[in-house]
Amino acid sequence: MTHDHPTAFREVNAAEAVALARDGYRVIDVREQNEWDAGHVAGATLLPLADVAQRIAEVEPDRDARILLHCAVGARSGRAAGWLTQLGYTNVASLKGPIGQWKEQGGTWEEPLQLLSPTQQRRYARQVLIPEIGQEGQRTLLDAKVLLIGAGGLGSPIALYLAASGVGTIGLVDDDVVDESNLQRQVLHGVDRIGMRKVDSAELTLRGLNPETNVVKHVERLAADNVERLIALYDVIVDGTDNFDTRYVLNDAAVKLRKPVVHGSIYRWDGQITTFVPFDGPCYRCMYPTQPPAELAPACSVAGVLGVLPGIVGLLQANEVFKLILGVGETLAGRLLMFDAMGTTFDEVRIWRDPACPTCGEGAVATAHDIQQPAAAGIG
Amino acid sequence: MSTVRIPPVLRENTGNSRAVEVTGSTVTEALDDLFAKHPALRDRVTEDGQLSGFINVYVNDRDVRYREGLASAVGPDDTIILLPAMAGGGR
Repeated sequence: MTHDHPTAFREVNAAEAVALARDGYRVIDVREQNEWDAGHVAGATLLPLADVAQRIAEVEPDRDARILLHCAVGARSGRAAGWLTQLGYTNVASLKGPIGQWKEQGGTWEEPLQLLSPTQQRRYARQVLIPEIGQEGQRTLLDAKVLLIGAGGLGSPIALYLAASGVGTIGLVDDDVVDESNLQRQVLHGVDRIGMRKVDSAELTLRGLNPETNVVKHVERLAADNVERLIALYDVIVDGTDNFDTRYVLNDAAVKLRKPVVHGSIYRWDGQITTFVPFDGPCYRCMYPTQPPAELAPACSVAGVLGVLPGIVGLLQANEVFKLILGVGETLAGRLLMFDAMGTTFDEVRIWRDPACPTCGEGAVATAHDIQQPAAAGIG
Repeated sequence: MSTVRIPPVLRENTGNSRAVEVTGSTVTEALDDLFAKHPALRDRVTEDGQLSGFINVYVNDRDVRYREGLASAVGPDDTIILLPAMAGGGR
């Protein structure tokens, strides 16, 4: 395709380039993707220099098309223009000079979509630097809605860290008031909050930590008659409840509405953590089909609990929440992690979906499918 | 000897021991040895000779419900974990 006497391409300054573009020249940007992402000529086509020779015929098959090439300063676009000329393109111009001049001359320019405000960029800078998070991941966190069942021992560290790192909406379900005996571990609350509703105290603390956090207060106890309403609007549910009845009620509704539940429980020096992802892994009933007798399941108020334990277990739960929201890493789905503070040891056992599980087993799935049919038809 | 980990809620039945060394080549034999050493545990862990539904038994990281139940083999270096459900969240 090489011409014996290729027509020379033109090098133009920014003012001329802007005029050519207005006159209908096709603008081709031969910079790299990352440069393009930081801002580019409106309506331009990205064709990085390394791809020019191979792809120009596909991008612009017409050898007589009017083409304006540009890069950052004019060096790469000059080389690309030379190649295009050799390939027989007859009407090629290359912008020589810094691309900033294009903007100064009134050339059209598209800024990248700003996912984060300047304040958010500063606040979450350390987190945005992590490749698996970045601006998009931070935006996802800001848009996420997490429901904490309980604003007590486990809920405290979880809420603090979720709010601090920019999880946008935190719902709190708790009808209790702050008691002096809570303060040894429930770090959302302080002595000036004794007697205050835990959700109000939590809101004060979280707003102080991050004014941007949307704290939604649910002053009620989770029960069969409110569980679906409570969890329906949230992406991830964190179970920090203190009794088996509530855990089973939450489990059954979460499986039905397909909400992931991050589970934590604590007792004296020991903690357990896992993540239930409906139908991808076991549910709480698969793991514990039968409720233990009351004497084997005493509450913290009876059995006692080490102050740091809910901190450690709660932050492991918060870690699960981040991964579920961001869709990265390996969650604890199908694994139960056990922490022994006395020996500072972690043990892990595998937990399995029970095919006979009354909540998520094969029979139950068929039922759930039947229930979903009319709803789907209604939407259609 | 294999090791049985005693969960916190059952430690009052073992004089606060967190782990008990036992002999036996199956879960049944290992638990019988455990119950011989700490008789009060038997009624906590079993019901009419069967495992209680609220206690999971693992050999290393495997739930015996998904192996051969109480007949599952136990090796001399294996760890048996007794795991009753815990509910505390710290209100």
